[in-house]
Amino acid sequence: MPPLLEVRELHTEFRTGAGIVRAVDGISYTVEAGETVAIVGESGSGKSVEALSIMRLIPNPPGRIVSGEVLFDGRDLRKLPEEEMRSVRGRDIGMVFQEPMTSLNPVLTIGRQITETLEQHQGASREDADKRAIELLEMVGIADSRRRLRQYPHQLSGGMRQRVMIAVALACNPKLIIADEPTTALDVTIQAQILELMKSLTQKLGVAQIIITHNLGVVARYASRVNVMYAGRIVEAGTAEAIYHDPRHPYTVALLRSVPRLDQPRRARLDPVEGSPPDLTKLDGGCAFRPRCRFAIDKCATDYPKLESVGEKDHLAACFRSAEVAAARENTRESAA
Amino acid sequence: MRDQPGTTPLLEVRGLAMHFPITEGIVVSRKVGDVKAVDGIDFSIARGETLGLVGESGCGKTTTGRCILRLEKPTHGQILYDGKDISRLPQKELVGLRKRMQVIFQDPYSSLNPRMKVGDIIAEPIRVHGLEANPRRRRDKVRDLLSVCGLDPKFVDRYPHEMSGGQRQRVGIARALALDPEFIVCDEAVSALDVSIQAQVVNLLEDLRERFNLTYLFIAHDLSVVRHLCQRVAVMYLGRIVEMAESDELFDHPMHPYTQALLSAVPVPDPRVEAGRQFRPARGEIPSPINPPSGCVFHPRCPMAVDNCKKARPTLREMKPGHWVACSEVK
Repeated sequence: MPPLLEVRELHTEFRTGAGIVRAVDGISYTVEAGETVAIVGESGSGKSVEALSIMRLIPNPPGRIVSGEVLFDGRDLRKLPEEEMRSVRGRDIGMVFQEPMTSLNPVLTIGRQITETLEQHQGASREDADKRAIELLEMVGIADSRRRLRQYPHQLSGGMRQRVMIAVALACNPKLIIADEPTTALDVTIQAQILELMKSLTQKLGVAQIIITHNLGVVARYASRVNVMYAGRIVEAGTAEAIYHDPRHPYTVALLRSVPRLDQPRRARLDPVEGSPPDLTKLDGGCAFRPRCRFAIDKCATDYPKLESVGEKDHLAACFRSAEVAAARENTRESAA
Repeated sequence: MRDQPGTTPLLEVRGLAMHFPITEGIVVSRKVGDVKAVDGIDFSIARGETLGLVGESGCGKTTTGRCILRLEKPTHGQILYDGKDISRLPQKELVGLRKRMQVIFQDPYSSLNPRMKVGDIIAEPIRVHGLEANPRRRRDKVRDLLSVCGLDPKFVDRYPHEMSGGQRQRVGIARALALDPEFIVCDEAVSALDVSIQAQVVNLLEDLRERFNLTYLFIAHDLSVVRHLCQRVAVMYLGRIVEMAESDELFDHPMHPYTQALLSAVPVPDPRVEAGRQFRPARGEIPSPINPPSGCVFHPRCPMAVDNCKKARPTLREMKPGHWVACSEVK
């Protein structure tokens, strides 16, 4: 069976004053029905642009999807007429954004935001839509849902608003939810509540999820497969287990090492990734991580390494020296032991 | 009670409270209530120590920092800085104090004036305090500060928008160091940075602390960073300190139910650890500080709450040497 979503060689660029930025520079990956895939990366890595490209929500100008295919449920979303694309958004694919205050309409009631989706996509009557909205609010854990339906977004806390966003995203029984930094603006205890809610609902309803985040802890807790992005490309992909315990790309290794961990004893100094993120207008044909990489060789300056299998079948890394990266990690582990 | 033997704390806060009045009426304004942002807290910081102040939004950690810096005049309580109570000092006597205490803010985008060059931003405090009248020597000092903070001295002629977030935060740190302070309030100083850059700035702060014998109050919501940077940590909830201990002790043996819920909510970047972890999210949401719950402010969300928690406000008790907990149910 083909995967639910297959992204093939997607390229998205932005025209800026400083030149053309290839925000997404040839990305391919798949999402199977019902699974949770994480896209992890730092600011400017292209993770959000990639998600917006799938939904064809890139503002044009300045942005443009240059090439690539987005096969969803057997159709190439890039070839659909805008009319049909609109029915995919919200019905087949739900979205949850970072900032629930700006992504909910401030002048519509909570109820209207949900019923609007239902009426648009499912042709539900006002009455049925209202009933379903109450069900949905209860499902996402909002008590007193009848009263809440008549309230406006500003009357709700950040956590409540994010619950409403999830209710809207789930309203039409989508097959896939794209969640872009869904809990970044929330406090930790609320973040945990929202993530647990998303996990239990997607499992119960069999919805696949793409979680876009910079938080490596969130990825470890919720994703089964992980794509690590750097400067517009996927540099490593694999199961969560492989990415965290057998990383093969120097960026993944450095990133994991730089994160302070709550479960490890205090050490006053951390291991940062040295240097700064690259200027995306000045990328050349070589590997973008090269200036910060301690494994870099001459070849890295001229050729871009392909995303290739390293060992296990679903574990991919885009590095000429992935074997050395693995060996070096083994060595440090032994010397530490 | 919180002094380590043989050391006088650089800073001691006693019963600090900051209540902001809520008023109604435009012509005749009258007070209708208070936001109890900080509601009676005690702690001290020894010279050369880093104390972490953690909690979720609205817990009062930033207001605490602002009171200590005397950017706010606290409603009650004392702030003893180097033995002297500064909580009631009038504005003009604060000038001398400002040289000794500085602050690093969260957002390197909004805390630097976009129309000033980096060199002028860093030189401004030196100029304002009239510390170095000679412009040439002032410029040398600025260059020095830049390189101490890991930036190229050539950056003096740049504008903030020409720099990355990490570089800007280093400028903010250089500005804080310009007056050779002894105490710095770091208010979410690394929160806006990407992980790879965050670790660089954490290391810089630690290097500077050793090199200049600095004392930090490190205010943050990211518990993982706090564990690694701070020697001691105080956890705040709705304007009160609920637990305080040495860093490793607090994170390995949290005793207050709120601290436990907070720690269990933070995901660890390791799928094997996560798979085996017990997860106990706190119920509900943080109540409003306008009408905080009676007794223990955490009782409506607390899994251990008993009837008495609604009535009596728990005080900090020392359950183990140096480990203070404000919960009557912790035995």
